This record gives sequence, structure tokens and C-alpha cells, in this order.
Amino acid sequence: MSRINSPSELEEFRKGILLKRDPNKPCITLCSGSACHASGSGEVAASLEAEIEKQGLRDKVDIRRTGCHGFCERGPIIVIHPDEICYFQIKPEDVPDIISQTIMEKKVIERLLYTDPVTKEKIIHESEIPFYKNQKRLVFGSNGSIDPKSIDDYLAIGGYSALAKAFSEMSAEAVLGEVKKSNLRGRGGGGFPAGRKWEGSRNAPEPIKYVIVNADEGDPGAYMDRALLEGNPHAILEGLTLGAYAIGAHEGYIYVRQEYPLAVENVHIAIRQAEAYGFLGKNILGSGFDFKVIVHQGAGAFVCGESTALMTALEGRAGEPRPKYVRSNIVGLWGRPSVLNNVETWANVPLIINKGADWFTQFGTEGSKGTKIFSLVGKITNTGLVEVPMGTHLRDIIFKIGGGIPGGRKFKAVQTGGPSGGCIPEELLDLEVGFDELTKAGSMMGSGGMIVLDEDTCMVDVSRYFIEFLTDESCGKCTPCREGLRQMLKILTNITEGKGREGDIELLEALSETAIEASLCALGKSAPNPFLSTLRYFRNEYEAHIREKRCPALSCKELIAYHIDPAKCQACMICFKKCPAEAIVGGKNKIHVVDQEKCTKCGTCFEACPPRFSAVQKISGEPVPSPIPEEERMITRKGKEK
Amino acid sequence: MDNDRIDQIIEKHHGEASSLIQVLLEIQSENNWLPKEALERIGERLCVPLTRIQHIATFYKAFSLVPKGRHGIHICMGTACHVRGAKRVLDTVQDMTGIKPGETDLDMKFSLETVNCLGCCALGPVMEIDGKTYGKVVPGETANVLKNYE
Amino acid sequence: MSEILLQIDGNEVKAKEGMTVLEAAQSAGISIPTLCHHEKLEPFGGCRLCIVEVEVRGWTNLVVSCVYPVAKNLVVRTRSEKVDRIRKMILELLLAHAPDAFELQVLAKEYGADKNRFEKEASFCIHCGLCVRYCAEVKKQNAVGFVDRGIRKEISFIPEIASRECWNCKECFPLCPTSYLQAAYVLTEALVFPSSAKT
Repeated sequence: MSRINSPSELEEFRKGILLKRDPNKPCITLCSGSACHASGSGEVAASLEAEIEKQGLRDKVDIRRTGCHGFCERGPIIVIHPDEICYFQIKPEDVPDIISQTIMEKKVIERLLYTDPVTKEKIIHESEIPFYKNQKRLVFGSNGSIDPKSIDDYLAIGGYSALAKAFSEMSAEAVLGEVKKSNLRGRGGGGFPAGRKWEGSRNAPEPIKYVIVNADEGDPGAYMDRALLEGNPHAILEGLTLGAYAIGAHEGYIYVRQEYPLAVENVHIAIRQAEAYGFLGKNILGSGFDFKVIVHQGAGAFVCGESTALMTALEGRAGEPRPKYVRSNIVGLWGRPSVLNNVETWANVPLIINKGADWFTQFGTEGSKGTKIFSLVGKITNTGLVEVPMGTHLRDIIFKIGGGIPGGRKFKAVQTGGPSGGCIPEELLDLEVGFDELTKAGSMMGSGGMIVLDEDTCMVDVSRYFIEFLTDESCGKCTPCREGLRQMLKILTNITEGKGREGDIELLEALSETAIEASLCALGKSAPNPFLSTLRYFRNEYEAHIREKRCPALSCKELIAYHIDPAKCQACMICFKKCPAEAIVGGKNKIHVVDQEKCTKCGTCFEACPPRFSAVQKISGEPVPSPIPEEERMITRKGKEK
Repeated sequence: MDNDRIDQIIEKHHGEASSLIQVLLEIQSENNWLPKEALERIGERLCVPLTRIQHIATFYKAFSLVPKGRHGIHICMGTACHVRGAKRVLDTVQDMTGIKPGETDLDMKFSLETVNCLGCCALGPVMEIDGKTYGKVVPGETANVLKNYE
Repeated sequence: MSEILLQIDGNEVKAKEGMTVLEAAQSAGISIPTLCHHEKLEPFGGCRLCIVEVEVRGWTNLVVSCVYPVAKNLVVRTRSEKVDRIRKMILELLLAHAPDAFELQVLAKEYGADKNRFEKEASFCIHCGLCVRYCAEVKKQNAVGFVDRGIRKEISFIPEIASRECWNCKECFPLCPTSYLQAAYVLTEALVFPSSAKT
């Protein structure tokens, strides 16, 4: 790897890479992101290498281990180029067939294809699959084409051309101007206009400035940043360097969660490669601009995702947030102007510089330009990462792309914005995604986590869950958050255990007001949101828990009882054998009865009872019917009498 | 862990106090816990009061001031996993190992922790042991998984 | 440093640039309740009791006066229905820890705070941080610090330093509003001070 010293040298080098690559040569891309890795893509990769070697195809077929493709429900995923044949849920045993049939004989293996759940037709090409077809993958799409550990792959798809363009044609002010014009708003949750933030730092008198990547993605259920950083680290480095150039910073930091070891590894490799090629370091591409990037790992604290807490952690302290009366883009890290932006925000910057703000603003709505990557998880058929233009209707994301609710269950709400957000019920599904639209409905877009909930989810438990999470993650410095959330957790836990009292809702509302108005940072200020939004749309559930000691979703352990309907039980003994607490009384041909004293409410019997019987019910809010007398429990089987 | 190794790690981070957390992460990763002597050594070399090191070592979940078991079990309690029944998995693992999150069993075999989202939401509920991720975990099968670990 | 004119509770107050609203109010003899503030220490912004209403550019906001910088033509209200309601709630949350603390009781009477609104908590510490900050900033000994976070956060003495320094100092003791500090010290001394220090 030798240093590239100018934009024209870069173009020469890039041409050289492309000349050596034959676009018609078969290339097997295998998703090797963390989730697919957990599903066994490592073993598939080994099997591919072995089979290719065995068949003597080393020079005839390329294997490329890429980052996350997004369709995580169906991993491990293989896409074979140039024909774009897409196979799902690959196991090592499938590999010999893939090589001999698809690679050698150009035959498609039906059993590995995507099957449309409604039409039942098999779809061969990735871009025709509804999950992918309905997305607009401007930022995330590159993941499927590159090996994140190869800088040449990034160059082959046009990487670092934005940097070259900026250094050869644009002043720092022009780069800043383009980002301002694009109306790019922060993708981490705050939605603050990036250009305005950058301008504040650029104009600040202090000469030493910093740019920071917030990769401390802490919202549970959100993993977009992880997939971007693992799968395309150079895009973030390029965006960060452009930002540094625009504001006049010469030092950048990437703060990554240590819970993302693959992202940490890949970003370190990317930095080393970028330094070797001269995209980082002194006199980048002959521009005279110096810039270096340092990686810091998080150590397990959600609050460090808050910008001032993150900067405090970068300074080597416990991540307690600071008051934001003077903004951190003026007084930030070490008291100096610091531009902190989310991973996805930085990843948008090379696109904006390359294709221009006018191109960017054609996507999205008036107030929210561009696209957004969401993690669609929970009770949804097609779990994964989806990228859509702002303005897309929630309903389309959940049903068209997400494939709706599995198991024939009914949609109840979608939780957006993580612990700072709220729940959107069915009647609001025609809302468009964007920064302002969701906030009006009592939620927020947040970092992009979209957790789908169905009729079996208890909304009181959802708000209790988030308060418990935040109580655990609170830094503890200020009273409204530390003490207020502590009390809210107690009350909500009591409600889910049947110990709720009249006046609890009003007390929770009062605690919410104090947390919102008086907390030190956004963690405390937004903590009551899940409670307030579930109260707004699902007040009946709170009232049922408190007044009737009933959980309408039949979920809260303390408020439900498992009961076997004697009219339906066929004494098949399945639940009897599976019960881990030996709480079922019964025998062959003897109707089973749940011993309520021993029952631990684990739900095993409910899941084990064959659907054709469906004899196990969950009861809430009313007494469990007494067991029928023992004499009446014998079943006489029809047609077996001799 | 001997002082020479600690000094080496500190040197690698240029002896800067701002790298305190990074230094502790490396020691935690190599040694599996942070002995008091290590904290004192770091305080001396980086000229940082012990109160600050102690605060950091207890504030962040990645650190442990007591020795941990041979195998670390992490159970994801993120929202997606929660909604798919992570609590039941946690309850079962607690019963099976006899310990609660944050604890280590008497044989020093298992340490149990909850994690707030590992980012494998499509595979929920997720359990990670020694870096190996188990997806779509069913409470009834946790026994089979755990008995593979000595 | 230039002079800044602002309005607090209808009174015109002259302040210097760089002052906080709390400092400006105190200089004008207007009282705002505090728990974690001390003139020898850097502002902490933890108890949130000094919260006030400010009007800036047409927007009314609640801000914490011990860290909020004065600005030209700022309009400040140190009491209002909302401010009082929030101060009452903060006091009630703290009274759950230390119902008999003198300072808290005086404030509770002023704001009508009910010490039984919440169930009692085990620890008397109200996290004002005065002890930790005094030892760090004034004495520069760092004999006591915070550990952990959230509801598990506590103060903790470093036995080696405390056993060496505290017997001759104890300047932080009168600062503690609830006397939890003294109790923690005695416990630490009894249980973990190095044996050579015990007489």
C-alpha cells in the first residue's frame, strides 16, 4: 500500500483497481455482520473456501465477506453476483450445491430462495424481494458490496471521491455551505441541523476544535450504527474528515461501545488502512490539511451516549452529563468547540458532497430531508434494518416492508425513539416518519429503533421496562432523575403486580413533570415519555391493572393464572410432562388440572398444548374456576369401546 | 497482574489521564477483573486520585472489582428481546446457575450479567457466553447449552 | 468585565459577566433555596432546588440558577406555581431519605412538602456532593469520593487516605445536611481502616 498524494493520483489508483476486477466474474457475497455471524456465517465461509478449493475454482470465483445486509431475520445471507441471486438461511451443508449448481451450472436452487408469503412465488433477485424493493438504501446499500476490512473495495465503489472533490474544488466554507443547504439533521435522536452545529464551531474563536463520532448506540433494539460501522467504516471516516475540514478541526474521536467488538476491530483496521493510503494523517491528498482519528471504547454506560457525558468520558472520567446552557459545539471536549454527530449522520456527508445538496433534498419531506435507517424489530415478520426516505408512512414500513405481525397476531403499537420515545397506536399508523411528525404524536423518531408490539404485549409493562432500564442507567447526579425514576419504578412495578392504588397515575404524572422540567440532561428529561405516551393511548390498561387487578394483554405474571379448560382437555399428557414445576395434576385419560399453588406462571403448558386442543387459557381479573371434582375427570374415548 | 504489565499498558496509551478508561478496559480484558493494587498503581502513574479511578471502575458496567467466573453469561434485556420473552430466559438461567445478575457462583464457573442490547435483535431472545452468541433461546433448552461449559 | 442588567422578581439587578443567576440574586439580597451550593466550591447543579423561571427571547424556561449564566435583559422569577410545585416534589423525594434533617425540614415547611409522600429509603445520603467536592477542591486530599451510579451511587472513603488525614481535619463534617457523612466515616473507621492507624 503506498501513499496517495493527490486527487488525480487517487483517480489513477481507483482506475487501476477497477481494471483488475472483472464485473462478470462470479462473486459470492456472504453477510458476515454480527447477527449472521451468530447464525453461523463463519462456518458457511469456511465451507465456501473449502469447497472452492476442492473444485479448483480459486481463480474463477471470488468470495467477499461483507457487512450486514439488513434482512437479519433470514440470515446467513448469500448474494451471488453478477446475477444478483439471493439465497437465505444458508447452512454449511448447502455450500456444495451452491457451488456445483449455481456457480458451475448456472441453476437456481429453489429451496434457498425467498418465498412470498402471500403469492407463494419464489423470488430470485435481491432487488425484487419486497423487503428490499420498498426501501431506498442510499447509505446502507453499499454494505452488501464491500468487505469492510478492504479499503480497495471501498475505493472500487467510489469511496473517498467526496474527499478528493472537496480538496480539489471546494473551500472549507463551501463544504460547510453544502451541508447546511442539504438540511441534514442529526440522526442520533436530537435532529439538530448538522450544518448549523458545524457553523457554530467553525465561527467559535478558540482555534483548537474537535469532531466526534457518537457510536455509543445505546437504545435497546437499535443497531443501525453497529451495522454501518462494522460494514462500511470508511464511509464514516470520510464523512468525519470532511467535517473536520469544514470546521477546521485536526483531531477526531470515535467513541464506540465496547459491546460492539467487531465494529471496534473494523474501525481500527480502516483507520490503519486510511493512514497508509494517506487519507488520514498529514497533508491529506496534498491539500495541506492534517487530520488524525483516535478510537475510544465505551465501558458499559447508556448515559455516555448523551453528548456532554460522552465528552466527559473521552476526558477519562465517569460519564456524568454537564449542563447544556452553553452548547458543546462552542464549549465541548476540554472546553473547546466540538462537533459531535451520530454515525449515520457522518455517513450521509460523503453522499451530500459528492452528489450535492440539491440531490439530497429531493428525498424526504420539507422538515426532514434524506433517508433514515430504522431497526425494525420485535413482533414483526421481517426483522432487520430498513432504510426509507423520510415521509414514508409507518404503515408501509411495518406491513409492506416488515411483513406485518407473525403468528396471526394483531398489531397493537410501535415503540419508536427508544427509552426517550413513545408508542404509536394503530389509529396513527398513517403518520409519516420524520423528526417533527412523530414528536407531535407524543413519541419521537430517536435514533431509529422501531419495536413492533402486538396484542400480547402489556403496555404498562412496556413503560415499566423503560423506567427500569433508565433507573439502571441514570448517572445519579440530579435528584429528579435519580429519585424520581426510582419512585416511578416502584409505582409501576406495584401496578404490574396487582398492588396499584387510586392516585398512582396522578403521582406518576407529577413525578414526570419534575423529571421533564428539572433534570440535568436529556436522559432524565425524556425518561417519562414512554409512560406518558402509553398513558395517552392505552389508559384503559393502566386503569384495569389498578382497579380490576386485571392485565388486558394477559401478560403480567402476578395478574394471570393458567387454567386448563376441562371441556377441551384431551389428557394427552404433553403439558403434564413438560411442566418444570410439576404443577399439573392428571394422568392418562384423566383431565389435567393446574395446581395454582405450585404454578410458576412460566407459560410452558400454554405453548405446549397442541393447537387443535387449545385447552390452556390465561385468566386475569377474575377468580380461577375451581377444579371439577376428581370423579368427573376421566375421559372415555369414543370408538374404542370393545 | 504484575506492575510491569500494567506499566506497559499505561505506556501504550502515552501515560495520559484521559486514557484512564481505555487502560482499565485493557486490564479488565486481560485479567478478568481489576485488583485494588492495579488501581493504586494506575493512580500513581497517571497522577490521578484514587477516588476518580474508583468512581470509574464502579460507574461503568464493563469493570469488575472482584474476580469473575471462568465463563461469562450475558443475557440481552433489550426491548426487542424483552418483548420476545427474555425475562423468562433470565429466570431459567438464574434457577439453573443459582446466581443473580452481577454475581458469580461458588465454583467460579459462571458469572451472570444482563446486557442492554447486543444488537442482534433479529435473533431475540439472545444469550452470549464467552463471546459466542446463542439466538432464539428457549427457556427449556438453556440447560443443554449450559452443561457444555466446564 | 462588563456589567449586565437583568431583572429578578421585578427588581433590577446589576451583575458582572460570567456570574450565575444565583450569584446575581444573592448579591442583590434575593434568596433562592439551595442544598448542593457552597461559595468555596464549583457549582454542582445536582439538587435542582435552585430552579427558577427565566424568560429569554419570548420563551419561558425553567433553569437551574446555580449554573445558568446571567444575560442582558434576562427576566427571572424565583417563585411561581410551577417552581414551587417542583421544589416541593424535590424536597419530598429527598425527605424519603432523610426525613429528620434540619435543613430539609425548614424548607419542607416553606414549600408544604410532606415527608411521608414516599416510602422511606434506607440511605440518609441526599447526594449533595458537598463532602466529596470539598475534599477534592479545597483540601485536595480526595479522601472521600462517589462510587457507582444511579440509585446505587454512594459516597465512599479511601481507607488509606482517610485514616491518615481525617482525624486532623473533618472540615467536611459540618457541611453534611443529614449527618450521613459522619456515620459513613465512623463505619469506615471501624471496619476497614488499616490496622496500624487504629489506636
